[in-house]
Amino acid sequence: MTWQPSAPIPHLTARAKLNRLIRDFFARRDVMEVETPLLCSSTATDPHLQSWTAEADGRTYYLQTSPEFCMKRLLAAGCGPIYQIGKAFRREEHSRWHNPEFTMLEWYRPDWQLNELIAEVEALVLNAASAFGQNWSPFPRLTYQQAFEDTLGLNPHQASAATLLQLANHRINGDFSGLDRDGLLDLLTSHLVEPELPKSGVFLTEFPASKASLAQTGSAADGTPVALRTELYLGGLEIANGYQELVDAAEQSLRFKADIQTRQTLQLAPVPYPSHLVSALQHGFPESAGVALGLDRLLMVLLNCEQIQDILGFPIDRA
Amino acid sequence: MANYSTNEFRLGLKVMLDGDPCSIVENEVVKPGKGQAFNRVKLRNLKTGKTWERTFKSGDSVEGADIMDVDLQYLYNDGEFWHFMDQQTFEQQAADANAVGDAAKWLKEEDVCIVTLWNGAPLAVNAPNFVELEIIETDPGLKGDTANGGSKPATLTTGAVVRVPLFVNQGDVIKVDTRTGEYVSRA
Repeated sequence: MTWQPSAPIPHLTARAKLNRLIRDFFARRDVMEVETPLLCSSTATDPHLQSWTAEADGRTYYLQTSPEFCMKRLLAAGCGPIYQIGKAFRREEHSRWHNPEFTMLEWYRPDWQLNELIAEVEALVLNAASAFGQNWSPFPRLTYQQAFEDTLGLNPHQASAATLLQLANHRINGDFSGLDRDGLLDLLTSHLVEPELPKSGVFLTEFPASKASLAQTGSAADGTPVALRTELYLGGLEIANGYQELVDAAEQSLRFKADIQTRQTLQLAPVPYPSHLVSALQHGFPESAGVALGLDRLLMVLLNCEQIQDILGFPIDRA
Repeated sequence: MANYSTNEFRLGLKVMLDGDPCSIVENEVVKPGKGQAFNRVKLRNLKTGKTWERTFKSGDSVEGADIMDVDLQYLYNDGEFWHFMDQQTFEQQAADANAVGDAAKWLKEEDVCIVTLWNGAPLAVNAPNFVELEIIETDPGLKGDTANGGSKPATLTTGAVVRVPLFVNQGDVIKVDTRTGEYVSRA
């Protein structure tokens, strides 16, 4: 009966409880709740993200893949620490871990370093876990390099594309000749490294500099250039992605232009240059740490659900 | 045949892989928040029955396989081929030993089977789930024997050997479950 919700009502009650808990958590810490538009004139340029569009009065609007651009514009305007619980949209296949419309908790801490934010993400998640009767321990921090060395015995920053391809061909069945070095790293991560990460939770840190996206780059202890970026994995699922936010307007502008160029080469849907965000960075943007956390997935882990349909009232095939 | 992109993958879709027709039995999307997405797919090779795991880059496409399941009536075996007929069109198909496989020992003339056609030619033959076949050889039944008790081998007209209860005799027609090769009852 597809008129009915796919999630049992107690799971919807659990979501309401989780939302309340998050709002209490940030109220105690003086982080302001904000709302930003879902329909915007620009969107993520990342070639791996595709946006839904809506047309009106001859203009194209983009349903936001995350509230990042508008929240950063608020930060540049001097709003202080902010969070948002809202919907995000990605034009992608639905699977047991994905729905094209999902709920994201995103927050920003001006004047914070990434490791401070990692501790706050941990506090929030452990807080939620105990409210749901789960006794979780703090999550270890593991560098991307260490995770690769432990599972594959190679250094992801130094290994050549040819070495990565050879390993992929040896361990994974498929034709990967068309992948670039970053694509090969993603392949090895999702197929071989992620399954070996502790199911009880881990923060992966110090991503390859080429995977910086909207994060700053910096140096690891041995001087290797790395992206100041972290991912929280719980139960083998990617739950949150945090950045030491890029504040350099010129660098940000170059990355957007490179993405737009790549999209053209790959014949992907063109997206406008996000000029509002670049202007905001030019105006002056506080050194900040920010993170996006998938609330549907967190709820899945808290409730021991195997598929996202178990915690969504109406996933896309019933919407 | 049409090409199918990874976003059209679904269970039961028939595609060509390394020159063999396959059926998708599992399709899992691996999509990081940032970075390249993949489809991890399990496919059953319809020629060999083996299951393969294959990873595709999202957006890759593969050629569809022209696969069709049809109900055909078994006619006869000429020593090399098993001949089948479509009861609507009277069109005949000849299947070789590879296609017939284990079904050969259950095929009785006039029985209707599901035959998988690839590019219009038989690729695999599935015997009906239940067949009724005559026993041509078995030890004589024992007097006073009841339904519970031991069993004995019996050879059927097709050459198949199944274990039957002791009270069943040569010349009896029995019902057999072809999926397990087990005796069900006297017909």
